Amino acid sequence: MTEPLLEVRDLHMHFPMKQGVLQRKTNDVKAVNGVSFTLNKGETLGIVGESGCGKSTLARTLVSLLKPTSGDILFEGESILNYNSKELHALRRNIQMVYQDPYTSLNPRMKAGDIIAAPLKAYNLTTNLKKRVLELMDLVGLKADDYNKLPHQFSGGQRQRIGIARALALNPKLLILDEPVSALDVSVQAQVINLLEDLQEELGLTYLFIAHDLSVIRHISDKVGVMYLGKMMEMSDSESLYKDARHPYTNALLSAIPLPHPGKEKKRERIVLEGELPSPANPPSGCVFHTRCPFATEFCKGNVPAFDLDEKNSSGHYVSCFYPIENK
Amino acid sequence: MLEINNLKAYIDTPDGIVKAVDGVSFSIKAGETIGIVGESGSGKSVLAHSLMQLNPKPPVFYPQGEILFEGKNLLQLKEKELRKIRGNEIAMVYQDPMSSLNPVLKIGDQLMEAILTHNPMTKSEARQRAIELLTDVGIPDPKKRLNAYPHQFSGGMRQRVLIAIALACNPKVLIADEPTTALDVTIQAQILELMKRIQEKYGTAIIIISHDLGVIAQMAEKVLVMYSGRIVEKGNVEEIFYQTAMPYTWSLLRSLPRIDSEAHERLLSIEGQPPNLMNPPSGCNFHPRCPFATEQCKLVDPELTERSADHAAACILSEAEFEEAKKRIETKDQERGQGHD
Repeated sequence: MTEPLLEVRDLHMHFPMKQGVLQRKTNDVKAVNGVSFTLNKGETLGIVGESGCGKSTLARTLVSLLKPTSGDILFEGESILNYNSKELHALRRNIQMVYQDPYTSLNPRMKAGDIIAAPLKAYNLTTNLKKRVLELMDLVGLKADDYNKLPHQFSGGQRQRIGIARALALNPKLLILDEPVSALDVSVQAQVINLLEDLQEELGLTYLFIAHDLSVIRHISDKVGVMYLGKMMEMSDSESLYKDARHPYTNALLSAIPLPHPGKEKKRERIVLEGELPSPANPPSGCVFHTRCPFATEFCKGNVPAFDLDEKNSSGHYVSCFYPIENK
Repeated sequence: MLEINNLKAYIDTPDGIVKAVDGVSFSIKAGETIGIVGESGSGKSVLAHSLMQLNPKPPVFYPQGEILFEGKNLLQLKEKELRKIRGNEIAMVYQDPMSSLNPVLKIGDQLMEAILTHNPMTKSEARQRAIELLTDVGIPDPKKRLNAYPHQFSGGMRQRVLIAIALACNPKVLIADEPTTALDVTIQAQILELMKRIQEKYGTAIIIISHDLGVIAQMAEKVLVMYSGRIVEKGNVEEIFYQTAMPYTWSLLRSLPRIDSEAHERLLSIEGQPPNLMNPPSGCNFHPRCPFATEQCKLVDPELTERSADHAAACILSEAEFEEAKKRIETKDQERGQGHD
């Protein structure tokens, strides 16, 4: 179980900003700015953060849709960054992606069955094609007579099921899920979360689950990483993160969520963060969070905190802060 | 102050009539906050737009009901009279701060337009008022920001500007249609805080519409739960969350992922999809998805009946029957959960 499937080491993804007639490079948007983690087989790692924190860019580099500026990505112990196109083709069988928007990630002119069959055709796995597609549709809870329907005939939740079936077609080892439930209604969201948990158990899948919703992440993840401005702020197993959050940003995020609990809501003390996310083209000096941090000192402005293992915590709780919060 | 009686808003489409709002009644007092929850397609936005008479007519028409604002029925007012109320006495904050501002006009001009439409003021007075409003909603350096265009603002800032525009004439009722759905949680917390502060300062009545039960729990005193165009449960916020009397509300609460739950705890999902309003199911609208549904539910369309003083629910199950059914489902769920581990 504890065999690492995916390792990410000090990953950077910078996008050049060009200006003027000569399109000279003026600056970099540092979308992902030094992220490291290890994802073990059969586990779910949840990545959470606000918009613009680089979580989707991270996902896109992991599926080799973007070539990172520096750092390394290891899949089953092998670096994938210098793969040629043939090797990449083989790799993509094992890493598949489910997208956020079930409306734009499916071709509106293709039948549901053909959408699910597309990856199989791309890998020339055409024997018993229809049987396999029907199997997949059954697996994600679609009916056999949905085969010939077009995407617009499905509801949002069902479309997301098509997207999941398509991702599963090649029996991947790792699924990257980029906000898979954020476009869905609460009741349908629960259906899809349950489906993903069942599939993981049945097929022994490993998930990298990206979301902005901390409650959804809490539900599905074994491990959670919190990102802010391209950097990982805190990472640990989910139990430890939600019960004993050490980073001020994680604490602020947790306290910002309105609980469906009017009694608790009235008594709750909230840390309301001032201001907004700074631009990733011009991140603050020192600790990137210092501009909004309620506990920041002069020292935080000048020095970058390391992403350290918290020694008091045996379970591997990493936090990037000079003054981590001591909870009771 | 605002009283809605048996309001119906139907949409006339080529395929038939959609009963988007089907007999809704409630009232709101000054300084009060009412939350309306429901999934997409439950009619909550059509209801909000009806209150301001902003639904395009046709295709929307109002076969029945009345919207009484300070004794006047808004459904019978002429457009000219409506304009005096709209934006002046009743104002609205929209969901999408990206598309609700005019991208080619300066923030200051958009704010001053709202002020000048309803107040006999000179331009410089209006400008002064605009600066006051921006300060009120927490925009730093308001004098300079008056000359900025919407694209120069972030999402949270734009939502603040929209709230400033809505507050321009000190409205008595503020309708907020999913005001924080497009925002990040930390910004959402800021905006909700702002709305509460404004309410305390001006005594505005707020109608907040959201699909997020957490936002409703935080903001509202009274809650209306909508399902397929109808109110299926209404009551004080505590009653709705702790003494739930309608299977839909109960299922919705159970299907919510919570941060205080255990990891991998199984969520109760509501099977199927919300009904097609063109062709609603017979009997109770919720019966095809209801875990408690009986044969009777297919035949009887339940009325919103009172459970206690302010608490009403539309379900034929009695309190005792509902409790029993809840227990049955909870034990079944646990067994399934154990089989899972």
